[in-house]
Amino acid sequence: MVEARGVCYSAGPREIFNGLDLTVERGSITAVMGPSGTGKTTLLRLLTGQIRPSAGSVQVLGEDVGALSRRGLFALRRRMGMLFQNGALLTDLNVFENVAFPVREHARLPEPVLRRLVLMKLEAVGLRGAEQLMPQELSGGMARRVALARAIVMDPEVLIYDEPFVGLDPVSMGFIVRLIRSLNDALGITSIVVSHDVQEVGSIADYSYLLAGGRAVAQGTTAQLQATQDPAVRQFMQGSSEGPVAFHYPAADYAQQLLDARDLPAARSSK
Amino acid sequence: MTAALQHIGAVVLFLLRVLAVLPAALRRPGPVIRQIYNTGARSLIIIMLCGLVVGMIMGLAFSDMLARFGSESALGVAAGLALLKEMGPVITALLFAGRAGTSLTSEIGLMRATDQLTAMQVMAVDPLRAVVAPRFLGGLIAMPLLVAIFDIMGIFGTQLIGVSVMGVDAGTFWSQMQNQVGLDDVGEGVVKSLVFGFACTLIAVYEGYNAEPTAEGVGLGTTRTVIVSSVLVLIFDYMLTAAFL
Repeated sequence: MVEARGVCYSAGPREIFNGLDLTVERGSITAVMGPSGTGKTTLLRLLTGQIRPSAGSVQVLGEDVGALSRRGLFALRRRMGMLFQNGALLTDLNVFENVAFPVREHARLPEPVLRRLVLMKLEAVGLRGAEQLMPQELSGGMARRVALARAIVMDPEVLIYDEPFVGLDPVSMGFIVRLIRSLNDALGITSIVVSHDVQEVGSIADYSYLLAGGRAVAQGTTAQLQATQDPAVRQFMQGSSEGPVAFHYPAADYAQQLLDARDLPAARSSK
Repeated sequence: MTAALQHIGAVVLFLLRVLAVLPAALRRPGPVIRQIYNTGARSLIIIMLCGLVVGMIMGLAFSDMLARFGSESALGVAAGLALLKEMGPVITALLFAGRAGTSLTSEIGLMRATDQLTAMQVMAVDPLRAVVAPRFLGGLIAMPLLVAIFDIMGIFGTQLIGVSVMGVDAGTFWSQMQNQVGLDDVGEGVVKSLVFGFACTLIAVYEGYNAEPTAEGVGLGTTRTVIVSSVLVLIFDYMLTAAFL
């Protein structure tokens, strides 16, 4: 369904991936986890064809994303849905029109049919009553749910979630977690959830990948990942600051930098 | 110099991409009409007010100047020609760049910064067709209409001051204008308004679409819109005035 083989990608001088391999089975929920800066969002951009790998291949629904023409890429994207981290709702359209947007763009449905379709999707995310609200009037969690309704309105075969749990209150988070699972099961969607919320994503994922150092360093079911003896994987899964994965960005010697600060002029700089 | 040429090349390439999606954008008139409203109707008050004030100033200044040559009766012709050929298109374009141009740049720039354009691409919708082209067409159509309204208000303002306050004969004012201002003068104003509308709207959507997706980037893009549009309007005005002589 979705397959990455030997994917390499660099953003300027910084190498993001150096041989990433990943497989997502049809109808499954696959979690892609990893510390910040390991390329999770870059992976989503590769899957949706926003960027192309410098080496290796990304296959989605049987198509080589990197080799597709613009027309082919747009045709493939119609079969995919994506939930953005910030929702990315169109700010000049209300909730109803935001959800209706992809349908109006790609299908010529009679207005009554379109209205029923949008109301059904809004009901699925619990926001049927908010159809007339503007995005500015929504909380972060509500915006994420509207964006989810928009992502599923075209009944995609693959649904990609970019950090769906960030900044949500416990009620909204629990709702979104159950929603991802139920959408996946009810609609037969293949879901890819990029997140570093280990507990939440681990509770619904059928299979998980852990990214670090430009490749998948661990994979398996949530139970398998939690039972692993690899210190780096254990550190991430348990959320510990102690372990082989450095918390601090590389820097000069701490004590020396503090001592050097003594030699600065005493006058306060003004900008 | 190389950087300037690269920038011009990038704008031309952007223009070609926008022109390529214009037919598709025209097949959906709804968004275009919305943008005519946004750029045109929402600029109406400031355009009408400025047109009236500029006309009133011309009524005062021209009456005084022409009186020195004993030609107060030429007030209608002088005001009509000045407004239709120069003041109307130029001042409207400068106001348009400041009001509608900055609005277009910041709106599109913020859409870029908040992933709205990326979301469209992922939904297999071309943002150039759905966002840029309707705004480009809206600006292009709104500008000549705004210039016409500016001209009307300007002539009204000149007549208001010139006739009511400075004592120029109303019949002379209108008949002189009717006799001396021709269709070619109106045409010059229309051509200028189309060129200025094209330049201002293109710069505004280009700067918004290519703004860095940060608060500072959108701010810089908005500033560049005003500066580049204003300079271009004045340069194009000189070139067109020379061409119409």
